[in-house]
Amino acid sequence: MAAAETSAARRDTVPRLLAFNAEHYADKPAYREKEFGIWQSWSWAEAKSEINKLATGLLTIGLKPGDHVALLGRNRPYFYWAMIAAQTNGAVPVPVYQDSVADEIAYVLAHCSARYIFAEDQEQVDKILEIQDKLPELKAVIYLDEGGMRKYDRSQLHNYRDIQAAGENASQKQKADLAKREAAQTGADTCAMLYTSGTTGQPKGVVLSNDNIIKTAEASSDFDKLNVNDSVLAYLPMAWVGDFIFSMGQAMWTGFCVCCPESNETMQHDLREIGPSYFFAPPRYFEGVLTNVMIRMEDAGKFKQSLFHYFMDHAQKVGGNILDGRAVSTSDKLKYWLGRLLIYGPLLNTLGLSKVRVGYTAGEAIGPEIFSFYRSLGINLKQLYGQTEASVFITQQPDGQVRSDTVGVPSPGVEIKISDNGEVFYRSPGTFVEYYKNPKSTKETKDKQGWVATGDAGFMEKDTGHLRIIDRAKDVGKMKDGRLFAPKYVENKLKFYPTILEAVVFGADRDMCTAFINIDLQAVGNWAERNNIAYSSYQELAGNPDVYKMVQNHINEINRDVAADEMLSGCQIHRFLILHKELDADDGELTRTRKVRRRVIQDKFKELIDALYGGKSEIFTKTQVTYEDGTSGSISATLRIEDAVISSAQETAA
Amino acid sequence: MSRKTASLDSRDSYVTADGRTIGPAVMEMQNITLRFGGVVAIQDISFDIREGEIRAIIGPNGAGKSSMLNVINGFYHPQEGHVIYKGEVRKPLKPYEIAHQGIARTFQNIALFKGMSTLDNIMTGRLTHMKTGMLAQALWWGKAQKEEVENRAFVEQIVDFLEIQSIRKVPVGRLPYGLQKRVELGRALAAQPSLLLLDEPMAGMNVEEKEDMSRFILDVNEEFGTTIALIEHDMSVVMDLADRVVVMDYGRKIGDGTPDEVRSNQAVIDAYLGVSHD
Repeated sequence: MAAAETSAARRDTVPRLLAFNAEHYADKPAYREKEFGIWQSWSWAEAKSEINKLATGLLTIGLKPGDHVALLGRNRPYFYWAMIAAQTNGAVPVPVYQDSVADEIAYVLAHCSARYIFAEDQEQVDKILEIQDKLPELKAVIYLDEGGMRKYDRSQLHNYRDIQAAGENASQKQKADLAKREAAQTGADTCAMLYTSGTTGQPKGVVLSNDNIIKTAEASSDFDKLNVNDSVLAYLPMAWVGDFIFSMGQAMWTGFCVCCPESNETMQHDLREIGPSYFFAPPRYFEGVLTNVMIRMEDAGKFKQSLFHYFMDHAQKVGGNILDGRAVSTSDKLKYWLGRLLIYGPLLNTLGLSKVRVGYTAGEAIGPEIFSFYRSLGINLKQLYGQTEASVFITQQPDGQVRSDTVGVPSPGVEIKISDNGEVFYRSPGTFVEYYKNPKSTKETKDKQGWVATGDAGFMEKDTGHLRIIDRAKDVGKMKDGRLFAPKYVENKLKFYPTILEAVVFGADRDMCTAFINIDLQAVGNWAERNNIAYSSYQELAGNPDVYKMVQNHINEINRDVAADEMLSGCQIHRFLILHKELDADDGELTRTRKVRRRVIQDKFKELIDALYGGKSEIFTKTQVTYEDGTSGSISATLRIEDAVISSAQETAA
Repeated sequence: MSRKTASLDSRDSYVTADGRTIGPAVMEMQNITLRFGGVVAIQDISFDIREGEIRAIIGPNGAGKSSMLNVINGFYHPQEGHVIYKGEVRKPLKPYEIAHQGIARTFQNIALFKGMSTLDNIMTGRLTHMKTGMLAQALWWGKAQKEEVENRAFVEQIVDFLEIQSIRKVPVGRLPYGLQKRVELGRALAAQPSLLLLDEPMAGMNVEEKEDMSRFILDVNEEFGTTIALIEHDMSVVMDLADRVVVMDYGRKIGDGTPDEVRSNQAVIDAYLGVSHD
């Protein structure tokens, strides 16, 4: 007993955290899942008993310390338990993206030579059976949902509950063996292995130790004062490091409740029922929800609409300040309170965000107006910057210092340095151990002193200490005079305007920056309709002088913005034109995921670029286009080239 | 699958290549003739449906397939011939008797309550399993409450099985066609039928929806052991799903047997699959 207490007091492995929680928060809810239309819940004591049965069961079917245990399924309490059960045995859980096709999964499973695989249902089991030949080490597949698998060969296939039953019926010796395995572990042992998505080349297995995960979880939980009464909705892939930190690391450290939705499609509905206090979502989620709200408001009655807009305008004015605790006049406070009663409260309730105390978004840049929409409603939405190799947290925004254009200050315990070419390096307790079976990549990414290259370029703001990310380091270039050229940074800023669909900025090895603009036909078309501007095609609308004026104003604003950053002031756009056609994947100008293909555009529109830099005020051009049916034709147009206003850093400072 | 199923006695059972046990006949149609005034919809047709099998009825438009389905479930009573169901010759039935005999069906043109939610629609399928009176149900009192909770739990199993959790509360009129078909299947399953009739379950579906529906039909048959008789136009679907196929043309039976047998039957090829011209 005394030994058990000291090991619980050590809190340096996940099974020890579980023991701690089961002792201190025995009756508090640990996991919830909606099944058969009802929220089922398990307390920490119940969870521990479930995990213990499973861990013993795994031992009886031959799981050894150091084995890799892969998991294929959506977020379910059973899978979190499976991970902890593996850890209890000293084995390493490897969650895998469950929507990947069999071939993609094959690489990961073979690379980690997974010996045991947890699979959710027939769909996942079928994938494993398909690639079985490539997995000589595989010993058993354990499934949760039996549906459709009655006639499958059972020699390697086990029901989750049968394994638990085997654990219950295990011999005393086996139970003692499990206790020994659990006691033998230390903070330096591997906690989990997570594969990076691998946009370039094959995915890499990031080995994270108990210390990595637990110290990061501790620091980040303290940072946001997360505690046992919080709850989180676990709906993002389990293979993603974020979910691992939120639903495993932080949940185990603080003892808060992890809630799993019924299915992917019911997430929004389940979110509303649970009302989590801690919430993470990628920017596109917040964007989608906002668009939905706006579309549905269009359908509302005139009175409701005007009420909504009146109070939303007020929230935009003072909501952020109230949230950050800045001084706001009493009448404004009163009006905001009224707004909360009539609009903000009901809206948040519908979105399932009423109780959110801490919300995070990350992964890509979030539009400033989207960001401020949620903050003005009183949601403490913040940004963080992280990656798998750092156990997520590199920087995050402290309460009261939240802005849309930075990713925050270094997280507790994280050191950051910026190399000469602008690349961000970090060193932290969460820094990964190694890439599994890949010492070469490990060496390239992490140096001897433990500094890890992020591959992103950025800079620290001098007066606030916030980190700002500019672009992928390899995409950042230099201008002729040596100033930094970060096209994507400027393009993203431009694309935040609803009227601008696409922008391509040029300037590498030149003395100034120029830009191609694509207008958003829908947004600008709406605007044209309201202002009685007739047009018959994209080309005609794009050439309209008023449209040019509007875009010019946007660019002037961006220039003022960019000039404020000393390092990026060279990226101001001097001249621009609005393209006569939409950039299109069919013409090879964009990738299928709508990313700009810079090289192709540079070659294809060479004469336009020459005209931008040659000082002409208009240019005639003829362009090949491919239609959707595969035939091609050409369009010709005379494009106007306009100058934009260039700001100097001093002007903005003044 | 070279077995000649026609040679089997109606009381025999056998095991299929994929390991399912097909039992003796649950329903036998003996020399059925059905007329509407002077129109002969079905003429002298005999075949049986065995326990646990998936039995398909195919044929060109107007062949009398839907009429056949209506004879099977007792909605039409044939002028000549006998329907033997569970060992007894069936007499003409009243509508409530039809509902109580353990045969559930779906319809070619979806017959759901459009304004009601998915859950409520499926709950209506439980009606024959509820015993409390209207008053007790209206007051939701005593036994009625317990009964509804039990039946709701059963319906939730079906919702889980058909993966329609996300549309539980959605009025079915708002659902896309493929999902409505799935809800209709759910309602039929809620009745826990011993024989399930599907009238063109794939009609109007896209490829993905067809795949899903095929999966569900196979799973229903396998998981619950439900005997299924289905009418379908999509030949590839029929040939993949069915254990045995009856082919009809102009109210007559022109073929009967396993998909392979039917496929090589010259009369069937001529009538339905098209005459080959080489």
